[in-house]
Amino acid sequence: MDFLINWLANIPGFAVPFALGAMGLIICEKSGVLNLGAEGYLLIGAMAGAGSVLSFGGYPMLALGIAALASAALALVFAVLVIFLRVNQVISGLTIVFLAQGLTSLIAGKQGWTNKAFTGLADLDFGPLSDIPLIGPVLFRQDPMVYLTILAFFAVSYVMNRTHTGLRLRAVGENPEASDAAGINVMMMRLAAVLVGALFLGLAGGYLTVVVSKIWVDGMAGGRGWIAIALVIFARWRLWRALAGAVLFGCIEALIPRVAAIGIQVPQYFVLMLPYVVTLGVMVWTSLRKDTLANDPSALGRPFVREERR
Amino acid sequence: MTEIPDRNDASADGGPDLNGSDPVLTMSGITKSFGDFLALDNVDFDLKKGEVHALLGENGAGKSSLMNVVAGLYAADHGTIHVSGQPVSIKGPSDAQDLRIGMVHQHYKLVMPFSAVENILLSHPGGSYEQSLNQMREDIAQKAELIGFDVDTDKPVASLSIAEQQRVEILKVLVAGANFIILDEPTAVLTDEEGQRLLNAIRKLADNGNSVVLVTHNLSEALNHSDRITVMRGGRVVDTVLPKDVTPPELTRMIVGETISETPELSKVAGVPQLKVRELQASRTDGLAVIKNVNFDVRRGEIYGIAGVGGNGQGELVEVLTGLLPVTSGNLYLHEKGDITHSRADERRSFGIACIPSDRQTYALAGGLSVSDNFAISGVLNGSYGSWSRIDRRKMQSATDAAVKKFDVQGVRSRTQRAALLSGGNAQKLVIAREFSGQPGVVIAHSPNRGLDVRASAAVHNHLKSARDRGAAVILLSEDLDEIMLLSDRIGVMNSGAIVAEFDAPADRHAIGKAMVGHD
Repeated sequence: MDFLINWLANIPGFAVPFALGAMGLIICEKSGVLNLGAEGYLLIGAMAGAGSVLSFGGYPMLALGIAALASAALALVFAVLVIFLRVNQVISGLTIVFLAQGLTSLIAGKQGWTNKAFTGLADLDFGPLSDIPLIGPVLFRQDPMVYLTILAFFAVSYVMNRTHTGLRLRAVGENPEASDAAGINVMMMRLAAVLVGALFLGLAGGYLTVVVSKIWVDGMAGGRGWIAIALVIFARWRLWRALAGAVLFGCIEALIPRVAAIGIQVPQYFVLMLPYVVTLGVMVWTSLRKDTLANDPSALGRPFVREERR
Repeated sequence: MTEIPDRNDASADGGPDLNGSDPVLTMSGITKSFGDFLALDNVDFDLKKGEVHALLGENGAGKSSLMNVVAGLYAADHGTIHVSGQPVSIKGPSDAQDLRIGMVHQHYKLVMPFSAVENILLSHPGGSYEQSLNQMREDIAQKAELIGFDVDTDKPVASLSIAEQQRVEILKVLVAGANFIILDEPTAVLTDEEGQRLLNAIRKLADNGNSVVLVTHNLSEALNHSDRITVMRGGRVVDTVLPKDVTPPELTRMIVGETISETPELSKVAGVPQLKVRELQASRTDGLAVIKNVNFDVRRGEIYGIAGVGGNGQGELVEVLTGLLPVTSGNLYLHEKGDITHSRADERRSFGIACIPSDRQTYALAGGLSVSDNFAISGVLNGSYGSWSRIDRRKMQSATDAAVKKFDVQGVRSRTQRAALLSGGNAQKLVIAREFSGQPGVVIAHSPNRGLDVRASAAVHNHLKSARDRGAAVILLSEDLDEIMLLSDRIGVMNSGAIVAEFDAPADRHAIGKAMVGHD
């Protein structure tokens, strides 16, 4: 029983970075911009978050905000490359990852932030509610970001499906030419989507240092960005499915140390491989069933340029 | 075509008095060029309230260009536009929308996974989403009712038929408040019955006080469903007439022109049929049947011209003949090889069928590869330049040099220069050099002079004639009737996916024109 409660109570903490990351990617990719730089934005966010806490002596929520902004700043470079200069989106995305890996190590090393532990964001205290058996630790002994993430999903889902902005964002990712004809500024819409998406990715990165590890270590995103990309494909660009996928992988990640603790040996590389295997399987499955492609942004990866004939 | 225009009785039963009323939209002296090509040459056009004005002409006559100017997609080089007597400047589609001008293009601008409401809502931001969604549904229903449309507003547009998608496009224009409505070849993609329904709806639009421009190349459509007809040819307006004042033959003459083309030097040696096409039927990949019944023979040593307005199945016919598009039924027979209906494209090439496609930069050349690679690629396949494990570059290059010289491909600074850097005419010559290198028995040329200047197109034509004179069977498909008349020994006319008439040269230009634009 203790094992179960302990496991369940730890899932949200593991699921939040995946969930926020996948959400950021969906916002960006629904507008038609393929974003393979997720790992890079997580790293920038994580480093900026840790750096802020260390520099300002606390204020974890401020640090999370700075993490999001730092990621958006990096995304601005990416956006200019792929939207306005129409550089290949795959290559630009990968470049962002390598740029961020080098940049974070460099800055954190120079500033002396590396391997320095700090006090991050504490769990919320709901008083007596936290002490309810089973439910208490799982639902009421979490950090604020867990609750905010859930709220964010409701908010983003509403904006995407129930507002003019969401309709226009999706239109731009489906058929930029038709959107242009409808009077939408395709480039600006995509720029906004990339930046807002990067805010969430940066937040996911900041969460890793400010809330989870409370320390910055070089390359500490540890492939979570890639898993978020896999999750988005797995979820076929649907928000709630992406959240479900994030929770699923949160379960797996939370399980590993606990299973190991009670003496059962699970090869960790097998577990780390799982998300990618699942993604491969989903991709094969969806390509066999053409009808499920309806939610994929058709213009994903395709730059837009307005041209007069001849 | 045989029907007598029945539009006259519309004015009898209370229709607008079209001869008297002043135009509400006037375009005067519109000139537009694309590079060296003059698409519109000092064109005048006007539109009256409550009329259906047919804009008639062949492909490339300038109809769409003229309408794109008024819709704000092209900026005219010269000329003025007046709406309700006021001079206006239309700089973009939004200016046109503000002036209540709306255009339904040939290629629909719809977001496929979205419903009709969502598509129409896209161009109308603001307000609460749910409220505007409901408002939009009401607006659509009201406009649809007005002209007798029924459309499922909440199903994804992708699941609607082409005709229904077109209705969504028309409703989009109407909801945006347009009362000048331009329809670019609206019936081209519809079945006869759907087309009829659309034409009825267009009439209702006009009866409600809108002004409609019906861009078409179909004679009977213009005669039977419009109040005035403006005929364009070669970027100029030929004349504007009332349907009751013209006969179909007169109209045909206006469309195809009076130019007497040079008498072609006819073939001296028409031999046995090299390629026989029998009861050919084929569908596009999206399922639309585009080749309905094609029968013809091409003999050795003749040029068989296939005339027709673009989009009547010519492109697909080329794909079927070269083996890119499978047939639904029917057969192709090649002399001495027999039935090649199901032979692959590469097999057909090895049988000596060569093709000069209309879009040379996409289908005939790899722009990023060198001139020499582009020339030699067909020879590489049949082993002329070494085995699979080794390519004989030197042999390739000397063959390229010889071909470049023989076919007078200019602008080749080096053999490694990218083919994309060649001008249109020289790129075409390179394609011809390659396609003719195997001494093909059948040559399929689709609009070979497209985009070429007079000199280059004369050179291309001479190459086709020399292929004929050495005994090849040449199939020439072109929308340019002059080109067909100039070169062909025999002429077939393609209309709605079938060869509807055949003529021996020298043929009567008007008879061909009639078959091209006739319905059924």
